[in-house]
Amino acid sequence: MLRFAAGRLLQAIPVLLVVITATFLLVHSAPGGPFSAEKAVPAEVIKALEAQYQLDQPLWKQYVSYLGDIVNGNFGPSFKYPGRSVNELIAAGLPITAELGLYAMLIAVLIGISAGVFASLRPNTLQDYVPMSAAMLGICMPSFLLGPLLVLIFGIYLEWLPVSGWGDIPGDKILPSITLGAAYAAYIARLSRGQMLEVLSQDYIRTARAKGLPEPLIVVKHALRGGLIPVVAFLGPAFAGLLGGSFVVETIFQIPGLGRFYVQAAFNRDYTMILGMTIFFASLIILFNLLSDMLAIWLNPKLRHGSGAAKP
Amino acid sequence: MTEPLLSVQHLGVEFDTDEGVVRAVDELSFTVAAGETLGIVGESGCGKSVTALAIMRLLPQPMGSIAGGSIRFQGEDLAKLPVARMEKIRGARIGMVFQEPMTALNPVKTVGKQLIESLLLHTDLKVEQAIRRAIEMLDHVGIPSPDIRMGEYPHQLSGGMRQRVVIAMALICRPSLLIADEPTTALDVTIQAQILELIKALQQEMGMAVILITHDLGVIAETSDNVAVMYAGRMAESGTVYDIFDDPRHPYTQGLLASIPRLDHASKTRLTTIEGMVPGLLDLPKGCRFENRCSRRQARCATHAPVIETIAEKHKVSCFNPATQPPHDAAINT
Ligand SMILES: Nc1ncnc2c1ncn2[C@@H]1O[C@H](COP(=O)(O)OP(=O)(O)O)[C@@H](O)[C@H]1O
Ligand SMILES: [Mg+2]
Repeated sequence: MLRFAAGRLLQAIPVLLVVITATFLLVHSAPGGPFSAEKAVPAEVIKALEAQYQLDQPLWKQYVSYLGDIVNGNFGPSFKYPGRSVNELIAAGLPITAELGLYAMLIAVLIGISAGVFASLRPNTLQDYVPMSAAMLGICMPSFLLGPLLVLIFGIYLEWLPVSGWGDIPGDKILPSITLGAAYAAYIARLSRGQMLEVLSQDYIRTARAKGLPEPLIVVKHALRGGLIPVVAFLGPAFAGLLGGSFVVETIFQIPGLGRFYVQAAFNRDYTMILGMTIFFASLIILFNLLSDMLAIWLNPKLRHGSGAAKP
Repeated sequence: MTEPLLSVQHLGVEFDTDEGVVRAVDELSFTVAAGETLGIVGESGCGKSVTALAIMRLLPQPMGSIAGGSIRFQGEDLAKLPVARMEKIRGARIGMVFQEPMTALNPVKTVGKQLIESLLLHTDLKVEQAIRRAIEMLDHVGIPSPDIRMGEYPHQLSGGMRQRVVIAMALICRPSLLIADEPTTALDVTIQAQILELIKALQQEMGMAVILITHDLGVIAETSDNVAVMYAGRMAESGTVYDIFDDPRHPYTQGLLASIPRLDHASKTRLTTIEGMVPGLLDLPKGCRFENRCSRRQARCATHAPVIETIAEKHKVSCFNPATQPPHDAAINT
């Protein structure tokens, strides 16, 4: 297990290097610079600013010095928020995005698994069709549609919930969390239904029935664990998807999280901000994929104990 | 005569399939007395497993169902028992061993957890007592260092060891009936003999009855008191092991016997096999199901189905024209 983790972390280094290089080149090849603005700024001011941020140096020199900073965990100063570092800005936005992501993940996991397991207990009946049709709808519905729709229904028409913000009015966290989590709940529902059906048809479930175990115990003690391994393995990719989704949801609901910073940074050509956040997100995604894979392995004794050679 | 432990009467089992309703078991009757072994034999697909699953009420849902007949076991009709009552009988009073030891155990639970499960469910034992009993049981079925095996996962055991664990699991609550559905078919020949020996030894020690399902007459000869020969979902012939082996009457039984290699025959003897195909359950013939393969068929065999008749104390045959002479090879098209 430790060797697996170490190996995956080593693999992550070249991946991150590619991410850094590609983003660096993309950002620097985009037309315009961070200090090109609508109103004319004197040429010497821009020059001075560019010198301050080393933008007058050759590209490869900028690249090398940037890599050096990153190794020390320093993403450099923001171009658009003078006097603030990218590290500071990430630290400011992270708790909000993390909270949003956590709620969305909880919704996805709890609702997804319950709906999937529930549907799998009576396949091809109403108990299966209703949640699975809802799941299909959830998967097909993009968050930039679902969000405004929920706002329209629960915020404006029914006036039950606030339409925007985060932590200002009670209940304003509900709609964004649902908007972000819905598609993943739907996906997890389908995934766990399929896997549960697979597991419930296995011989060892029949063995458990032959022991006299009542059906609910069979589901909980014999089917759930095997049925949820793929769901656990999916949590890593789901996390990556949630991060991406949070950009949209934070913009819809005007939540001051990382996602909004990121979108703004792109509009502002805030090079260091874009680079820093991209690298930060990439590292998070790699880390969470590793964690969910490790959890899935740990849940599967065959993999946990290395190769499953039978003893005589 | 006292009531037998298990009495299956006129059992029918149907499957609702896409092609229509299939009657996989029809008019099947047999009894098993306490402590004795009934061998059920017949070609693959003749309904042996379905019969076992019907007794356990574990027919695949929702397509499989018991359609007629009764399954009396210790004074109750299992065919009509509510599910909750049936769960109290499964594992406690009837144990079952399935054919595939490789897949019969849950891969993500330790051997120990799977063993103590039924004890905790059916007895008042505390966890520590259950663990002790489970270790004893593993020892009993011939698993070395049982206390270590308790903490291992199925994939860490060989096929033979797994089948021993499955047997230990089926017997741990000391049931009065064990149903073993081809318990050795998936195993090596040497292991097969060991497992059969084990079942026999445990049976004598615990005094339970056994229904041993197999397509191997050799296994039946070594283990069974009584034998039921099934063909296409029906009983062809049943009787004591002597009735069946020394005085087989049904042409199908005779054909089966003729097709086992015998040590006492000259090695040159050609192995006989029964020619022709088993009729499909979807288009069964109107008459006897064996008619198209039978060398003793008569005109009425094609139009009328024989009913099973008693010809000696326990010996029953379902045939209009049963053989009267034992010679095995004579009755069969070769
Ligand atoms: N799940 C099922 N669905 C439909 N038909 C089935 C099913 N299981 C068994 N059958 C039918 O029952 C017959 C007997 O099967 P089975 O009892 O498994 O045979 P065997 O004697 O080899 O154990 C099969 O030939 C098949 O037609
Ligand atoms: Mg079978």
